[in-house]
Amino acid sequence: MEALIIFVLAVFIGYEVITKVPPTLHTPLMSGSNAISGIAVIGAIICAGAGGTSWFANFLGFVAVVLAMINIVGGFMVTDRMLQMFKRKKG
Amino acid sequence: MDWINLAYLVSAVLFILGLKGLGSPRSAPRGNLLGAVGMLIAVVATLLDRGVVGYSWIIAGIVVGSAIGVVMAKRVQMTQMPEMVAIFNGFGGAASLVVALSTYIIVSGGSTSWAIALVLSALIGAVTLTGSVVAWAKLQGYADKAMQLPKQGLWRAGLGLAILVLAILFVNNPHAGGFYLFALSVVALGMGVLLVIAIGGADMPVVIALLNSYSGLAAAATGFVLNNYGLIISGALVGASGIILSQIMCKAMNRSLGSVLFGGAMVSEDQMASIPGKEFYEGKVKSCGAEEVAMLLENAQKVIFAPGYGLAVAQAQHVTQELASSLEKRGIDVQFAIHPVAGRMPGHMNVLLAEAEVPYDKLIEMDNINPEFSQTDVTIVLGANDVTNPAARDDPASPIYGMPILEVDKSRTVIVIKRSLSPGFAGIPNQLFINDNSLMLFGDAKAVLQDLIRAMNEL
Repeated sequence: MEALIIFVLAVFIGYEVITKVPPTLHTPLMSGSNAISGIAVIGAIICAGAGGTSWFANFLGFVAVVLAMINIVGGFMVTDRMLQMFKRKKG
Repeated sequence: MDWINLAYLVSAVLFILGLKGLGSPRSAPRGNLLGAVGMLIAVVATLLDRGVVGYSWIIAGIVVGSAIGVVMAKRVQMTQMPEMVAIFNGFGGAASLVVALSTYIIVSGGSTSWAIALVLSALIGAVTLTGSVVAWAKLQGYADKAMQLPKQGLWRAGLGLAILVLAILFVNNPHAGGFYLFALSVVALGMGVLLVIAIGGADMPVVIALLNSYSGLAAAATGFVLNNYGLIISGALVGASGIILSQIMCKAMNRSLGSVLFGGAMVSEDQMASIPGKEFYEGKVKSCGAEEVAMLLENAQKVIFAPGYGLAVAQAQHVTQELASSLEKRGIDVQFAIHPVAGRMPGHMNVLLAEAEVPYDKLIEMDNINPEFSQTDVTIVLGANDVTNPAARDDPASPIYGMPILEVDKSRTVIVIKRSLSPGFAGIPNQLFINDNSLMLFGDAKAVLQDLIRAMNEL
């Protein structure tokens, strides 16, 4: 129940914060949220590092770590690349 | 134990501050950095979790994943951003799916709510994975048309029912129901393909935004499985972001989310039949040369560019900026009119023009630029089509009636730079091209603009 409350409140915070992002930055917003959804890496690490289980479960965890890390590193880096272009020149 | 949750709270706060930073181009790079720091904190905290005992798989995964991420982020062309975001959505979904399956093998059983969360995590993750791969393939141009499979509605209903039955079987007895969970994942993978394959290329911006949202919701569901607040909060933020963006895109195309997901093509078969062919343009289109346009521009005080995706296809962003700054040097007021669906994803055109070093304060949103057209001497339409069609505003019989447009036709002269009179995504002719104040300048956007710059310099 606690978890559900946190989820719902977080959706509202997300809604409020994201409606304030100007259309100019919607592409960086999407690549940036790609990076944030890489937070699945938490679950991936727990699975990859769990003890007393089959190697297959750990291997699946490894696959998930790879996928999530691509999102995290790729997402934050490409977002920064785009944002630097916006910064480069002021009118 | 609780300091780990404290660390997750800190990273969630950093994510929120990071998204808040995206509120303006000035504060955005710092916001992005805050997000990255938040992620680092979350990863380090998890590594110290007492459930984690072996590190070899983890380190290998981090090294491989980071390396791939770096290469992708450095290599990607800005025109390819929609593909990149689409495939990243897929990776996010896949990660949630795989975590759900792995968690089941490790824990193999729990409460009913745990089982429901596991089902949701696997289901949303799987749909996001294959849906994103199909979206990516469509964006790459492998299958850009809406594909109507025979009995598509029946297939969707059937797979949906199968998923529901398997979910109930699993939740009823999670300890022995492993088979059902894996079967459900396979069916959900098929469902993802089926949901996206019927959607046309024009609707892809909506679809990627929606899949973006799903990848977040899948992560949140994983958070419920692991009872991990860090995942729940971050997943909710991404989920909200994707939903908002898909709403914005739908509004800009005058489509409802439902009609994008289930309606197939933008223009129905009946409407297709009544669309006029080539005779629509016959004898009514005035074309002109670069010299004529150069003279018009020379005498203008205010010029607006209306770019569309054709601009990016022709790789003409840089030469556009060259022309724009040469106009500005002559004291002409230059602005860029950006329709929300210009480009192939939300905000795409802004990134393409930013890359060409167009200052962002010259990029004006549709609602703000529309009142300006009536005081504009020359508007140059560059590779945009449907979003400039006055029929969307004036002709209730038009299939795109009601779609918000850039009102370029209100300026004194409209120059349309286009390869041919071929229709845009909607497949209908454009009223703008036969208006009295419109001039067509046929050719590849890049070559035409280079000619224009040369002609201006010779004046």
